[in-house]
Amino acid sequence: MITAASPASAHLRRWQRFTLAQRVWRSVFYLLALVAIVWSLRSIEIIPEFLYDAPQQTVDLFERMWPIDWAWYPKVVHGALIETLHTATLGTILAVAMASLVAIMVARNITRSVVLNSIGRFILVATRSVHAMIWALFFVAVFGPGALAGTLAIAMHSIGFTGKFLSEAIEEAKPGPIEALVAAGAPPLAVLLKGYWPQVKPAFLSISVFRWDINVRESAVLGLVGGGGLGMALDTALSNLYWDEAGLVLFVIFVVVMVAEIVTALMRSRII
Amino acid sequence: MTDFSTPPPSPSSAVRRVAFPPNWPTRVACIALALYVVYACSILEISRERLMAGFAHGARFVSRMFPPNFAPDKLELLYAGMLESLQIAIIATAVGVLLSLPLGLTAARNLSPLPLAWTARALIVLFRTFHPVIIAILFVKAVGFGALAGVLALIVASLGFLSKLVAEAVEEMSMQQVEAVRATGAPFLSLVIMGVLPQVMARFIGFSAYQLDSNLRNSALVGLVGGGGIGATLFTAFQRFDYDFVLTIVLAIIALVMVGELLSGWMRRVFQ
Repeated sequence: MITAASPASAHLRRWQRFTLAQRVWRSVFYLLALVAIVWSLRSIEIIPEFLYDAPQQTVDLFERMWPIDWAWYPKVVHGALIETLHTATLGTILAVAMASLVAIMVARNITRSVVLNSIGRFILVATRSVHAMIWALFFVAVFGPGALAGTLAIAMHSIGFTGKFLSEAIEEAKPGPIEALVAAGAPPLAVLLKGYWPQVKPAFLSISVFRWDINVRESAVLGLVGGGGLGMALDTALSNLYWDEAGLVLFVIFVVVMVAEIVTALMRSRII
Repeated sequence: MTDFSTPPPSPSSAVRRVAFPPNWPTRVACIALALYVVYACSILEISRERLMAGFAHGARFVSRMFPPNFAPDKLELLYAGMLESLQIAIIATAVGVLLSLPLGLTAARNLSPLPLAWTARALIVLFRTFHPVIIAILFVKAVGFGALAGVLALIVASLGFLSKLVAEAVEEMSMQQVEAVRATGAPFLSLVIMGVLPQVMARFIGFSAYQLDSNLRNSALVGLVGGGGIGATLFTAFQRFDYDFVLTIVLAIIALVMVGELLSGWMRRVFQ
């Protein structure tokens, strides 16, 4: 049929995978990416002498860390490890407590005020955009170096993440039980506890556990800016040039992160 | 009044059903949580006096941050730092994306010989476990202060994330197309280009967009430990108690993070 209708245009019609707009936008993207990469490579200030012996220096660094000196573990590292774990856990608890309040404020089915919703959403975005290490710098300036600053930093940074997912879970709650409670004349707190909580509980627990896993990683770093824990031990070891101790701290961080990941996976499979 | 709907329960035998029975497991969990919080606070040396002293100090600290400092010489510093952070993120993403394909393919158990695959996997786990900041501090010790350390750290972090996802995507893909290409007697490189990449490319671009976003965030952090970029400017401002400039930098970092989110969203839309 097609050949009969217009034999000339039929063989001109070529199949193309992407539309013209898609191809144009992709080309724009490739061009921009190329320009950005070339610009960065040409203007970044890297001293070439540093670059030439970088592999050798890096290998040298790890050679100095080996063998790890286990004698440091009872002296310094164990305390730092415990501090890191408590920082992560307490920070997560604090974050979840604060995030629950903000999540209730953000959830449109509980708080029926656009202004309050937007304020809550702003809090979530603002706390999340500032990384835990930058929060730690603030809290070190305010409370002095130590685990307190680290805990608060973890808590502040986690509000955004936990609050966002919690508010989504609350908004997905079925209205039936809540309407029944309201119709029975239940006070607001009872509606929250008996109407929303049972529906949100699984999401709440899995979000908390997931965030705890992330926070274990993060709290191991906070010490580098004065937030206590393993990071502080690493910083001290590196500035004292105790390479075997630094190697031990790195090893402990590796183990802790792996264990946290396994524990989280187990807990999540039991909750869900 | 008589209740017609349900027969009156015989007062002797039936146990009255309580509408909302006390939830003992939850109560015990709450008490345990409260006890843990008290215990952890004592371990971390968090006390009311310290918090109160901190809050008083914090009020002064916040008042010194306002208004943010927009003096021309500060803006120049800010501009230089932001530019360097941007360059670090762009180069790290570009190199990370390029290198993650071969590493990811090596780690895929359905393509590469098992010993090789397990070695690559071990490397990926090692890269992924350590926070970019820890990798950065190691590179600062190895290759000295400056942007190079930051770039190398973010390359390693990108490799860890992207290679893992590439390996997973390759392991999930259909082997039929690969076998079809192999049956034509194609060499390995052609096999990868014609059989493997078309299947994983769409997802890979999505991961890369995410990694660009994540590298932009982290490029602000590596400077805190000497890796160059805006983080270095921020750390110096903190050390000089230049708190009004600190606020300017933090606002700029938040802007950078948001631009990163927009950019990666745009990139994903272009490539769907």
